[in-house]
Amino acid sequence: MRYIEPHAHMVSRTTDDYHRLALAGCCAVCEPAFWAGFDRSSPAGFYDYFRQLTETEPQRAAKFGLKHFCWLCLNPKESEDVKFAAEVIALIPEFIGRPNVLGIGEIGLNKNSRNELAVLEMQVDLAARLEQLILVHTPHLEDKLKGTRLILDVLKNDRRIRPERVVIDHVEEHTVGRVLDAGFWAGMTLYPETKSTPARAVDILENYGRERLWLNSACDWGVSDPLAVPQAAQEMRRRGHGAAFVDDVVFGNPQRFLGQSPNFKLD
Amino acid sequence: MNRRQVLDLYFLEARSKLIDLAAFLDRAERAAGADDFRLRAFRAALTHLNGPAKKHGPRRAESVLLAFSDPTTAPLPRATAKGATGAWPGKT
Repeated sequence: MRYIEPHAHMVSRTTDDYHRLALAGCCAVCEPAFWAGFDRSSPAGFYDYFRQLTETEPQRAAKFGLKHFCWLCLNPKESEDVKFAAEVIALIPEFIGRPNVLGIGEIGLNKNSRNELAVLEMQVDLAARLEQLILVHTPHLEDKLKGTRLILDVLKNDRRIRPERVVIDHVEEHTVGRVLDAGFWAGMTLYPETKSTPARAVDILENYGRERLWLNSACDWGVSDPLAVPQAAQEMRRRGHGAAFVDDVVFGNPQRFLGQSPNFKLD
Repeated sequence: MNRRQVLDLYFLEARSKLIDLAAFLDRAERAAGADDFRLRAFRAALTHLNGPAKKHGPRRAESVLLAFSDPTTAPLPRATAKGATGAWPGKT
């Protein structure tokens, strides 16, 4: 089986995980910028992080024959300080032209505050000005529904944004319909407790169809499984879905969306 | 899959999870103290499990998620924490 891991935070994972991903059939891993588990003390911390995403991680992945791509942004958990956010966002154009950069992400909301919204709008504007793809993080648990509504309002209110160039991640049963109905791509994250299980993700595929939907592990420094996408593929096979269906979900769909970036090349 | 196949694949797993839920409630009620907003939301969510299917088909997972969700639409004045608890405190 071949597949693309469209969302994994490999800076938080061991080299063994790159090895396991390659053994499982992963041919490319895509890493959005995210929260490190603590707040950086200065924009310089982000400068170093962007270097790690665009220089170090591609080299680690290449040792196992894996292509590594990344997304750049200030994550929503560090978006409460708007002035600090503006300084970080100002660093991004220096990195956006690097060969493994796919776009701006994962931007979005965390607690659905006014400042988070302001920073989201700043980063949507940046993506529009630089003609970049967008990857959106939706909030956790009880905040997801409200956050998804607010994010959709921001994106739909910016007439420069084309929905087919935006993926809204971490959808669940109560948000997937409104994301797809608005024309955006939707990502389902496979987490043991706080997001979707493989069985529920396959339910969503069966209920909504597989168009504009992808699966990811979003593995990071928390409880998460780097091999969650192959686990979901196994769940599809267990229910009788054929090889073409599985391939389309775990390889074809991410390839179609990410292929809109000229940097996404698998060969 | 037909219903028999779904049951063959998932019944034992679902049965186990249901017993886990029952044991969780027993554990919580054995413990000293009162329910908080999380347990109240949990009890409210449970009522969706055995209800009739909705007009457009069964959507119990969606109903349970909605039972835990913040239904408001206005942004917060300020984010005072980073984490989420799993249930909206303002509902109960």
